[in-house]
Amino acid sequence: MNVQQSMTVRGKDRYKSGVMEYKRMGYWEPNYEPKDTDVIALFRVTPQDGVDPTEACAAVAGESSTATWTVVWTDRLTAAEKYRAKCYRVDPVPNSPGSYFAYIAYDLDLFEPGSIANLTASIIGNVFGFKPLKALRLEDMRFPVAYVKTFQGPATGIVVERERLDKFGRPLLGATIKPKLGLSGRNYGRVVYEALKGGLDFTKDDENINSQPFMHWRERFLYCMEAVNRAQAATGEIKGTYLNVTAATMEDMYERAEFARELGSNIVMIDLVIGYTAIQSMAKWARRNDMILHLHRAGHSTYTRQRSHGVSFRVIAKWMRLAGVDHIHAGTVVGKLEGDPNTTRGYYDICREDFNPLHLEHGVFFDQHWASLNKLMPVASGGIHAGQMHQLLDLLGEDVVLQFGGGTIGHPRGIQAGATANRVALEAMILARNEGRDYVHEGPEILAKAAQTCTPLREALDVWKDVTFNYESTDAPDFVPTPSMAV
Amino acid sequence: MRMTQGCFSFLPDLTDEQIAAQVQYCLDKGWAVNIEFTDDPHPRNTYWEMWGLPMFDLRDAAGIMKELADCRRVYGDRYVRISGFDSSHGWESVRISFIVNRPREEPGFRLDRQESVGRNIRYSTHAYAATRPEGERYADQ
Repeated sequence: MNVQQSMTVRGKDRYKSGVMEYKRMGYWEPNYEPKDTDVIALFRVTPQDGVDPTEACAAVAGESSTATWTVVWTDRLTAAEKYRAKCYRVDPVPNSPGSYFAYIAYDLDLFEPGSIANLTASIIGNVFGFKPLKALRLEDMRFPVAYVKTFQGPATGIVVERERLDKFGRPLLGATIKPKLGLSGRNYGRVVYEALKGGLDFTKDDENINSQPFMHWRERFLYCMEAVNRAQAATGEIKGTYLNVTAATMEDMYERAEFARELGSNIVMIDLVIGYTAIQSMAKWARRNDMILHLHRAGHSTYTRQRSHGVSFRVIAKWMRLAGVDHIHAGTVVGKLEGDPNTTRGYYDICREDFNPLHLEHGVFFDQHWASLNKLMPVASGGIHAGQMHQLLDLLGEDVVLQFGGGTIGHPRGIQAGATANRVALEAMILARNEGRDYVHEGPEILAKAAQTCTPLREALDVWKDVTFNYESTDAPDFVPTPSMAV
Repeated sequence: MRMTQGCFSFLPDLTDEQIAAQVQYCLDKGWAVNIEFTDDPHPRNTYWEMWGLPMFDLRDAAGIMKELADCRRVYGDRYVRISGFDSSHGWESVRISFIVNRPREEPGFRLDRQESVGRNIRYSTHAYAATRPEGERYADQ
C-alpha cells in the first residue's frame, strides 16, 4: 500500500519558465504501476547532506531520461509524460543511514532496440556526476521480454558450446598462461600444449596479452594452434585456447579474429575494456563464424566493487548476456578475488537461468525473463586449486569453466602434472556427487582417495592444502535472511 | 594412449557397479539413457552408432546394464559410451556422457600438417585404427 501522493504539477503551471523541483516535474510518481514493457532500474542513491531523498531520487529519474536543470517549453512538443522516467518507489537501504533504493521505470520507447551503448548512455550517462548526490550505484535492472528479444544474446550459448566441444556433465577446465607477460610465442605455446595434454579443456590468454615486443600476436596464434592440435591428437579430445583479439581498433580486432578462424581456433577472447559497441560487434562476428566468444571482465572492479558508487556486476552480467558473449568471469567465492557467496550466486543465476526470480538475499531485485536467450557460461578464475574442488562444485555448479592458472602451472612436477591433478580431482568429485555421496563434507576424503591412484593430485594437495583467501567482502547483499516464524 | 573423451576418462575404468550408479543418477534426473558404440574415436565423430533407441521409458538401471552387457557382447572390441539425454526446454541435449568400454589397445592419433601460405599450417587428425574399414579396426585384439 502506497499512501504517498504525487506532487506533479500539471497543466499550464508545469511549463512556466524557471527551475522546478524534479519531484514536481513528474519524475516522482509514487502511484505509478510499472508496465510489463517498462525497463526498470534500481539505484542506490546517497544524497548530499540536506538534500531531500525523494527529490534526489526524482532527479536521478529526470537526469537519466528527459530532464534538464530548468523547465523547457519544448517538452510540450512531445508526449512528455510517456518519455519521463518515473521514480515510483524509494526505500531506505537497510543498515545504511543516508542511502536510499530508488526504483525507476523507463518507457521502452526511450531505448534503441538491441543497443547496449544506447541503454547505458541513458542509465549511466550524465547522472553519475550529478552534484546533489554524494554517490550513486546502479544495483539492478529489469528488462522486458520485448526488449530482450531485440538482442542476439550469447553467440553460441552453453548447450551448443558443450555440443561443439563434446564435453558434458562436468565443469570445463582451463588455465591462464603464466607469466602473463614476457613469454615468447614459442615458449607460450609450450605451456598451452602441456596444460591441454595434461587434461585441461582450455587455456587462456590473459587480459593484457595483445601484441607486445616480446610476442607479436601472430606468433602467439600460430604456436598456440600448433599446441592445441598436438594436444588434441595426443588425447583424442577437443581442445581450445582463448586467443585474445583485443586491439586498438575494430579493424585490428577483426583481422586478429579472422586469423584465429583461419587457423581453426574454436574460441576467441575479448576484454571488457574494448567497450559495449565493440563487444556487440564481436558477438555478431562470433555468431557468423561459429566461434565461441570469451569475455574477460578487465576493468570492472573500478566501478563494481564499492557498494556506494558505480554499477553492480549483476547489471554488467545482464548487459553482457544481452550483448552476446559466451563466457564471462563471474567470481570464484573461494579464490583470490572479491566475491561474496550469495552475491556471486546471483551473478551465476543471471548467466545461466532462463528465468531469475526476485531474490534479495542474492542481490537479485527483480523477476527477469530471458525469453530463451542463450545461456552464458560463467568462468571462475583466480587463486583456486584442486583441493577446493568439492567447494567449487557446490558453490558454482556444473556449467562453469574452472580456471586453475597458478594451480596448474605452479605444480611441483610440471604443467602436465598440474593439469592432470585438476582433471582427476574434478572427475572424482563428479563421480561421487552423482553416486549420491555427501561430497561437500566428504570432499577431502574423496580427493585423498583419488590421489591414491594419481600421484600428481597427491602432490597438488600437499602443496596447496592450506591456501585460502578469507577476507571480508566489500559487496555483500543488503538483505540477510531473517528466521521466519515456525508454524 | 588413452583417449580421454567423456566425463570419467581420467579415472580408472569404471566397474559395472559404478556405471550402474551413474545410470541411476541419470534416471533419477528423468534423462533418457542411450548406449552408443564406435570404432572411429576421432574427436569430431559426433554420431556414434546407437545400440537401439535412447531408452526413454526404461526407469531401471538394471535393465540398462543388461543392454550394456548385450552391447559389449557384440561390440566389446570397440568404444562404448553411455549418455543421459535431457529433453527439458532450454537444454534438449546431452547432460552427461562417459565411456564404459574401450578396445584393449588404443593406438591413438596421427597429426598431419600441411604447410600453407605464410607460416599457416593446416592440421588434420587421423585415428590410426581408422585406416582400416569399419568393423575391422580393432580386429586383431
